[in-house]
Amino acid sequence: MSENTPLLQMEHITKRFPGSIALSNASLHVAPGEVHALIGENGAGKSTLIKVLTGVYRCDEGSIIFDGRSRNFQSPDQAQSEGISTIYQEINLIPYRSVTENIFLGREMFRWGLLNWRKMHQEARTLLERFHLSIDVTKPLHTYNVATQQMVAIARALSFKSKLVIMDEPTSSLSNDEVATLFTVIRQLKEEGVATLFVSHKLDELYAICEGITILRDGQTVDERPLATITKLELVAKMLGKDLGSVQKNGQTSFDASRHHAETRVLLSAVDLREGRKLHNANLQIHAGEIVGLAGLLGSGRSEVARAVFGADSLISGVITVDGKETHFRTPQDAIRAGIGFCSEDRKADGIIPDLSVKENLTLAALPTLTRSGIVDHKQQQEIVERFIQRLGIKTAGPEQKIRELSGGNQQKVLLARWLCLQPQLLLLDEPTRGIDVGAKGEIQKLVEDLAEAGMGVLLISSELEEIIEGSDHVIVLRDGTTVAQLTRENLNQDAILTAMAHGETAGEVS
Amino acid sequence: MMRLEQRFSGLKARGFWPRDPRAIGQTYGALIALIVLILFNFVFTRQFNSVISVMDLLVHVTPTLILGVGMTLVIATGGIDISVGSIMGLTGILTYLIFSGKLFGIHNIVLGTIVAIPIALAVATLIGAFNGLLVTRFKVQPIVATLITLITVRGIAEVTVNGFQFAFLSAPLVSWLSGNIFGFLPRQVVLIVVIVAFFAWLMRVTAFSRYLLSVGGNSAAARLAGVPVSRVLIIVYGLSGLLAGLAGLAYIAFDSAANPVTDGVGKELDAIAAVAVGGTPLTGGRATILGTAIGAIFIQLIRQTVVSLNIPDDIASVIIGLLIILAVFVQRQRKTA
Repeated sequence: MSENTPLLQMEHITKRFPGSIALSNASLHVAPGEVHALIGENGAGKSTLIKVLTGVYRCDEGSIIFDGRSRNFQSPDQAQSEGISTIYQEINLIPYRSVTENIFLGREMFRWGLLNWRKMHQEARTLLERFHLSIDVTKPLHTYNVATQQMVAIARALSFKSKLVIMDEPTSSLSNDEVATLFTVIRQLKEEGVATLFVSHKLDELYAICEGITILRDGQTVDERPLATITKLELVAKMLGKDLGSVQKNGQTSFDASRHHAETRVLLSAVDLREGRKLHNANLQIHAGEIVGLAGLLGSGRSEVARAVFGADSLISGVITVDGKETHFRTPQDAIRAGIGFCSEDRKADGIIPDLSVKENLTLAALPTLTRSGIVDHKQQQEIVERFIQRLGIKTAGPEQKIRELSGGNQQKVLLARWLCLQPQLLLLDEPTRGIDVGAKGEIQKLVEDLAEAGMGVLLISSELEEIIEGSDHVIVLRDGTTVAQLTRENLNQDAILTAMAHGETAGEVS
Repeated sequence: MMRLEQRFSGLKARGFWPRDPRAIGQTYGALIALIVLILFNFVFTRQFNSVISVMDLLVHVTPTLILGVGMTLVIATGGIDISVGSIMGLTGILTYLIFSGKLFGIHNIVLGTIVAIPIALAVATLIGAFNGLLVTRFKVQPIVATLITLITVRGIAEVTVNGFQFAFLSAPLVSWLSGNIFGFLPRQVVLIVVIVAFFAWLMRVTAFSRYLLSVGGNSAAARLAGVPVSRVLIIVYGLSGLLAGLAGLAYIAFDSAANPVTDGVGKELDAIAAVAVGGTPLTGGRATILGTAIGAIFIQLIRQTVVSLNIPDDIASVIIGLLIILAVFVQRQRKTA
């Protein structure tokens, strides 16, 4: 990396969006033929940085030097023809067209004005053979598995004579064998002098293939160095912005875990949950009256655990016991009847019904209890809504206001109330305070606390370690879909969680 | 003055008064357009010279209006049902075949009619529920699922009778349904008033209506809130089928004939137009039954107005199209935030 001039130099990149700054003073350096890791939590600015590089966005400040020239790509097309190819997580090829068509889409070969199929098929085969892949290139792309499709995407990238290939979470839908094949290809690219920018959350993979790393946090590059000189633990700490070994100050959140105490009654136990590539051997236990924190990096399977328990996604295997009885929830309805509530991570995508009123959103799950022979008891409904608007301090013009007109924090309160009015015994909260203002955040934390004190069991999923540490009686750490640590109050601290996130032994590694 | 202000904001909060002036067009657009059209008719045509002519208008609009009610429910779930015209046609011919004794050998026409109506309506409902099953269980897009039904059901109707048309002026169904109450009020008009009132009530008070709107508004969220999404959809498509069956009965009663080849052809499009003009967005999540009724009447009134002004047919279609665009424009949707 030292002698060669870098292939890519991005300096002082700043990108503002209306009302927020996505990147401020970010930088990225990639040497020719280097496999470079780009890492950061949700919202750290990874994808914005990539989009600035590939011409999807224009940066407000900063300079990009690629291949010795100062560049400012105007479109992804231009970036591609200048030697930067991007392979997205969701493969953006055309599933119903043949492999050949996908590789040559947009620059087909002609002969006397007609498509020269023979030549294109031949070229496609040659390209794929470089990866020891001999498939029928005339068959539609979707007839092949995801790994093969990804190889086709890479072959397409190479046919542009790319100097830099950007791979955005390329392994998220690949099996272990397929990952190994992908790594072989990346090494081969390296030999040919093609650099790879590798975006992934799977630390083991980064250490297996990458040479350098750039860590982004809050839109800034916080570290840039050879990967061999940083431990996984330091890496996780940097990514989350925590200092190792620092004494945790209390009172950063409105939580006070000393206020509530776990009862002996086990509300929920989940053993060896498995779901496709997302969960392998995830375990969990929640007692009445306790808050169980669920920590883990992005993609570690936190939300998947909650969804599986709630019956929203189906499992391959695993035993879930609620209140001592083994259960097999097939739909969320079953879970709701068993006294479980679930606030999902993405309020907009699977929380609110935007066009319905606050009242209707709040009582949606409770309708079966408010209904006599199909007709809603409006008086009772109104009463519940008014009670919860008051109790949770929901700021709204009235119960009839459309929920989409409310602020994020107030929407979240309505969604919490949707479950609280059912008086559940167990509440699953997936990032309940993400993206809401500080005031509402504190109120929600305090509310969750009160609920636990009153005997409810709470599963708290959060990316904020403060929330997890100060709020939980008990913390479970997930890594790559496996429960790698169970920490109780006595040994609960930031370093322990970070260590588990970085090093915990996973089921995936054993095989 | 202050008190007036307070009452006004109270109305706003309860949703009786739109918060945004632009929403007036959205909420009452179809009604305003209808009133303008009626005023136009008073001045320039002889459309409303008698109660009978008003009733005549309502009788003409009956099938479209009944289909429109079912279509409103389906569209509110974010789907569409283009099979209703075919279901109408099949119900008509099936009813005829039963009460005329050709199908079950019941030769008493009164008894035949009593048997025919429930069977025809049950068949229509089942076909609708089958649409729902295609959409939920087999994940076929609504427009494709109901297109399959549109083609198949029309084919069945034609095959049953080899494409003949049947007139049955003397059938009790015809004389009864096309008869009047109190000497001036056609039973068909009573039927549509009952249907519109019932479904408007249903959409106000039942849990089912909230489920339906939540599925249309955000089905992923509805599922996580415990809404039985598949069951709701199957019931909605079933209701649309049932209403198409009723529309079929109303149609043969009006026509005094059942023609499997032409009955109900293109009616699904009239129903969709009525829904759109009425102010129900085709993206789902909202519904107004009353709006659809107004929309259907509006479209029918344009048609009759154009005819009564002796405008040639081809030009008339263009005018109808333009006026529908205008009506939709007046109540155009605000972008969702």
